[in-house]
Amino acid sequence: MTLATGITRLATVQDEPPAAIPGGPADPILVVDHLTMRFGGLTAVGDLSFKVGRGDITALIGPNGAGKTTVFNCITGFYKPTEGMIRLAQEGGETYLLERLPGHDVNRLARVARTFQNIRLFPQMTVLENLLVAMHKPLMRASGFSLAGILGLPGYRRAQAEAIEKAAAWIARIGLTHRADEPAGDLPYGDQRRLEIARAMCTDPVLLCLDEPAAGLNPRESADLNTLLRMIRDEYGTSVLLIEHDMSVVMQISDRIVVLDYGIKIADGTPDEIRNDTRVIAAYLGVDDEEVAAVEAEVGLAGAPA
Amino acid sequence: MAQGSTTQGSTTHGSTIGAVAPTVARRSGAAFSEMLKDSALFALVTLGLSIPVVAYRTDLGQGTGLELTGRWGVVAGLCLAVFVLRLGQRLLLGEVARRREVHRLATVDAAPVVARAGRVLGPLTLFVALTLPLLAALASGGLSEGRYWIDLGILILTYVMLGWGLNIVVGLAGLLDLGYVAFYAVGAYSYALLSTVFGLSFWICLPLAGLFAAAFGVLLGFPVLRLRGDYLAIVTLAFGEIIRLVLINWVDFSGGAAGLSSIPRASFFGIPFTAGEGGFAQTFGLTFSPMHRIVFLYYLILALALITNLVTLRMRRLPLGRAWEALREDEIACRSLGIDTTMTKLTAFALGAMFAGFAGSFFAVRQGFVSPESFNFLESAIILAIVVLGGMGSQIGVAIAAIVMVGAPELLRNLTFLKAVFGEGFDPNEYRLLLFGLAMVCMMVWRPRGLISERTPSVRLGGRPA
Repeated sequence: MTLATGITRLATVQDEPPAAIPGGPADPILVVDHLTMRFGGLTAVGDLSFKVGRGDITALIGPNGAGKTTVFNCITGFYKPTEGMIRLAQEGGETYLLERLPGHDVNRLARVARTFQNIRLFPQMTVLENLLVAMHKPLMRASGFSLAGILGLPGYRRAQAEAIEKAAAWIARIGLTHRADEPAGDLPYGDQRRLEIARAMCTDPVLLCLDEPAAGLNPRESADLNTLLRMIRDEYGTSVLLIEHDMSVVMQISDRIVVLDYGIKIADGTPDEIRNDTRVIAAYLGVDDEEVAAVEAEVGLAGAPA
Repeated sequence: MAQGSTTQGSTTHGSTIGAVAPTVARRSGAAFSEMLKDSALFALVTLGLSIPVVAYRTDLGQGTGLELTGRWGVVAGLCLAVFVLRLGQRLLLGEVARRREVHRLATVDAAPVVARAGRVLGPLTLFVALTLPLLAALASGGLSEGRYWIDLGILILTYVMLGWGLNIVVGLAGLLDLGYVAFYAVGAYSYALLSTVFGLSFWICLPLAGLFAAAFGVLLGFPVLRLRGDYLAIVTLAFGEIIRLVLINWVDFSGGAAGLSSIPRASFFGIPFTAGEGGFAQTFGLTFSPMHRIVFLYYLILALALITNLVTLRMRRLPLGRAWEALREDEIACRSLGIDTTMTKLTAFALGAMFAGFAGSFFAVRQGFVSPESFNFLESAIILAIVVLGGMGSQIGVAIAAIVMVGAPELLRNLTFLKAVFGEGFDPNEYRLLLFGLAMVCMMVWRPRGLISERTPSVRLGGRPA
């Protein structure tokens, strides 16, 4: 316990001014500052800086292998970045350096929740249980770290009833009330995706990181997802950072888009700016042979091997 | 396996409209010859296997050498038996598969039936367990005559308790622990040493033994719980052996391989079970009988086992218990939800170890003697087999598996009438491991996830706990 508090204190920086990264939203909840992640000789993310605005939906896009998921893993504490800082500023003024927190504290203290590219539910546990596991921290405290719970004290029962109520509200919101007591692994794919988002939201996050939430969804489900994400932003004030390939999702709901290619940021702006950015178009679609030199000169790659 | 695809292949080839009847005949003919071939292969393998094992019997000859007696008749008989059995099995299986195909839509799912059976079995088992001394006395015509059954009940309940304890670690938290018996040993030696050296009573030693075992659980858990699956299994296996070897070799402390004897017997909350003045019988105005102690021990282990069960059932519905199950399902997702996986694993490990400690101190007080030989790897294996066969995470499944695993060998010992069939030298107990293996194979074929593999949700949306 003392060790954990020590680490927390280390990671809580109260009076440091926000990093001087030009541009971006005025009141960032998350500042990624010169983030570099190397795996042996491979630089997956190179000197990446960007900001996620408070109450915004920010999309992180880029071609396959651009390093998007690596950035996510660094933010959510699954990787320790080689260099750089990731600063999360909560509304109360507390600031956490995410790269210094032990894995589970990124969610427990800094309140950053995430979903996974390949869904990671607890397949044999029911939909309701999945959401209750997400409320581990408040329930654990209410159960007196199991002591009060084992004796069946009323305080815990009340807390559990509240937790179930909250979970039920989320289950209703994602339209799974009729399947609430079924194992999560038995749900169709689209439902599992939404359940994973609901589970992440049950941890009361200030920042929700979604790794390809629309992957494998049909157009109607994608539209539902858009509604869900907007609702999360507008009703809960949760900032959202998402990786996505589905441009119908990205362009419609994002307030800001950050484009990565080969681990380097090539663009950062509103959806309209991104849509017309030549470097983004070049990264995604490639360019004609005769234009290569011109584009390379424009993006500052002149002299690089073709 | 290859045969299945061939049959299907011939089906697709032959199924032309208008020639159905000949096709079926042709198909069954081809399938039958294929079955013959398959059975012949089985017989051939039997031949190969039995040549080194069965074909020659070695007897001590007149001199110093061995005499070989050919037993080719037996080999031929074996091969023929295997051939016939395989053919019969294939015919039967084919028929079953065909019927299943026909009635696929009409078949009732077996799982709910099993779950319902489990719900009935639970109270029934509990009732039998509560009244066992009475039943034994009634059935055998007296308390002393029923001693065998009560002793067997104590033995089974010890394993039920150990199974339930290990179920927390393996079934709920999904940590494969092959050295569970080490904690059992810690509990047993704790009581043995505390009572012989310091003269502490059983009721003080019992919680202490649990605490010591839990402490050992934490001690082992801290360094090793970052390991997963197979690696954790190896380390726990080693830990179990280390404890046993320390007990054997540290003679000054544990009495070495000779063990510790004359451990004080349990008292009825301070009243000893003796014949004389101030004894249990006299205090309660009964005539003295050594059976009082046995019955008391029976209810003691029953209470301990039920406490283990109650705590486990309760824990499952608490956030910590849910976190254990979540950990078993997906550790990475747990971490992303802010659950401290190391601490969560550690609590499961410590709690499981604590119950082993309780069981261990009961073992010591019952036997009055402990030695390292009682805590070898086979014990761990049996406890783990009970948990796995019972269905990981299922309480009633574990209880049934314990009854079968511990009770069945006793049953075998009693099958004396088989001597009339197989001759005087026949000892059914020698076939224990053979039957054990057969049971395992059957389990893997029919119920690969354990006797009761249904998982009951820990909570339902109505708030009604399952």
